[in-house]
Amino acid sequence: MANVALRNVRKAYPNGFEAIKGIEFEVDDGRFCVLVGPSGCGKSTLLRMVAGLETVTSGEIDIGGRIVNQIEPADRDIAMVFQNYALYPHMSVYNNMAYGLRNRGMPKDEIDGRVREAARILELAALLDRKPGQLSGGQRQRVAMGRAIVRQPKVFLFDEPLSNLDAKLRIAMRVEIRKLQRRLNTTSIYVTHDQLEAMTLADILVVMNGGQVEQIGNPLDIYQKPATTFVATFIGAPPMNLMPMRYASLGLPDGTDGVIGVRPEDLEVANDGAAEGSIAFELTVAAIEHVGAETYVYGMRPQQGDADTISAKPGEPPPGEILVRVPGQEAPAIGEKIRVLAPRQKLHVFVDGGRKRIEL
Amino acid sequence: MIEHRRFGNLLPHLVLLAGVVVVAFPVYLAIIASTHDNSVIANGQMPLYPGSHALETYWHTIVSGTQKTTRQPVGGMMVSSFIMAVGIAVGKIAISIISAYAIVFFSFPFRMTAFWIIFVTLMLPVEVRIYPTYKIASDLHMLDSYSGLILPLIASATATLLFRQFFMTVPKELVEASKIDGAGPIRFFFDTLLPLSVTNIAALFVILFIYGWNQYLWPLLITTRDDMQTIVIGIKKIIDVHDALTEWSVAMATAVLAMLPPVAVVVLMQRLFVKGLIETEK
Repeated sequence: MANVALRNVRKAYPNGFEAIKGIEFEVDDGRFCVLVGPSGCGKSTLLRMVAGLETVTSGEIDIGGRIVNQIEPADRDIAMVFQNYALYPHMSVYNNMAYGLRNRGMPKDEIDGRVREAARILELAALLDRKPGQLSGGQRQRVAMGRAIVRQPKVFLFDEPLSNLDAKLRIAMRVEIRKLQRRLNTTSIYVTHDQLEAMTLADILVVMNGGQVEQIGNPLDIYQKPATTFVATFIGAPPMNLMPMRYASLGLPDGTDGVIGVRPEDLEVANDGAAEGSIAFELTVAAIEHVGAETYVYGMRPQQGDADTISAKPGEPPPGEILVRVPGQEAPAIGEKIRVLAPRQKLHVFVDGGRKRIEL
Repeated sequence: MIEHRRFGNLLPHLVLLAGVVVVAFPVYLAIIASTHDNSVIANGQMPLYPGSHALETYWHTIVSGTQKTTRQPVGGMMVSSFIMAVGIAVGKIAISIISAYAIVFFSFPFRMTAFWIIFVTLMLPVEVRIYPTYKIASDLHMLDSYSGLILPLIASATATLLFRQFFMTVPKELVEASKIDGAGPIRFFFDTLLPLSVTNIAALFVILFIYGWNQYLWPLLITTRDDMQTIVIGIKKIIDVHDALTEWSVAMATAVLAMLPPVAVVVLMQRLFVKGLIETEK
């Protein structure tokens, strides 16, 4: 059991590309930390640096009070679950789990005890003699988990372990991983690009972008108070609507140039009068998406103007488009004009090009 | 593609049968010839049915040697050939799997240079470099020895290339998982890479065994001792006799015997051989 601390960790490649630009955070003993970010943000690289599979250019990685920068992966007392599981194809499930223990010269009956215990926890007992090729995706995933837990390491590292599974299994395994981690109470670092996975699993969420940390905190805090426009649009699905500041007179000093954000679930369709403390705007309905329990209404704001100053990144709505979540299945018709209200306490305001959040 | 045509398969079958006849007939003829007395063949009337001298011919050929010449019995030649073929196959596989391992999994200065140098030797088979190779073998006192027969032939660019291509398909996560599991380079090689390469090794063994078994020029140069002759050279010597009739039945029996080990290797390793050549999923 151990806590993990990263101190000003950097990674630069010989060609000059800086993949990790000074990252600093700490995971307390037994906590579940999730690194989330778009592809190419450096989250996997960072995890591999903790594992010892990538060198650290500068800074310190501390596992349980020991600086591990120069220590071999095998001696860092970590276990890793890979995206493609990396099971040894020619070994049985039993041997896959036992291999790491044998290499450490553990006595045979202790290995046997640990492997059987792990197999019992993961419901693999009936599959111990099979080869990985004879297992389903979910079973392979469990073997990979088993290989990690028999080691009883100080830290579990997960590199997008669920992304090769189908959607249904992914949710089931997500719950299982969380239960298992609670039960074993082992410090874990988990990398994913799926914000929903990140929200549901994390004790501590680290949102990364471009080799830097955008925000660290408890998932709900991050959802409620995103620190930057990047976090605001990355965490939460569907993503937060962003609009140029001049749409609201919010009592901020004149000349504040910024962005105002509101989540689709915080908008309300109300065709009669503005409630006190809300801002209201008109939308023309452009598209409707029914998902069953709720309906997404895509509306265009009539004036474009400076709306174009916010650039749309992949996954973000195009400028001028506002997404409204309506409960149930009733929705306005396409082309209809509607009025939506956003309560003042649900607004997010960002300045400095979206890099800084200010509280209203 | 599944087609159901009653006579549609007739033509392909005829073509295949014709091919089989063309390939198999000389073999059949060799077997038939080895069962007749020399005089029958010497008459120039080669029968197409088996004769009655099979046991006698094969006994002379394998064990006692022939009566009219002082040839070695073929049994000894087969042993020499077998040692050479296995030595070449095992040696080539061992050397090339190790060099491919170094080239693919380790980064060291001039790694690609090393690879290209190995690659270039593809253009230099033994026949091309025969004089310098002979000179080296002779300077190292390897003439008339099995090491002289085997060592100069075991450096193999083809096998190195094949293992390199295979190793590059091994997911790098497997290497990393091994590292985390505490397996160093040697352990990874023996515990993971070698078992994964079994089918490739088998396929290569079949090809290289036959390559080694069929060597003619090199053994001819290196060995002059009668008890070290390989069977391929033996056939030639049995046919080339001076001042006497060629013992065709013995020559044919030798040819038949020379065919057996390669056939046995192919038959025994067929399943692995095919798997090694077509298997893609690891």
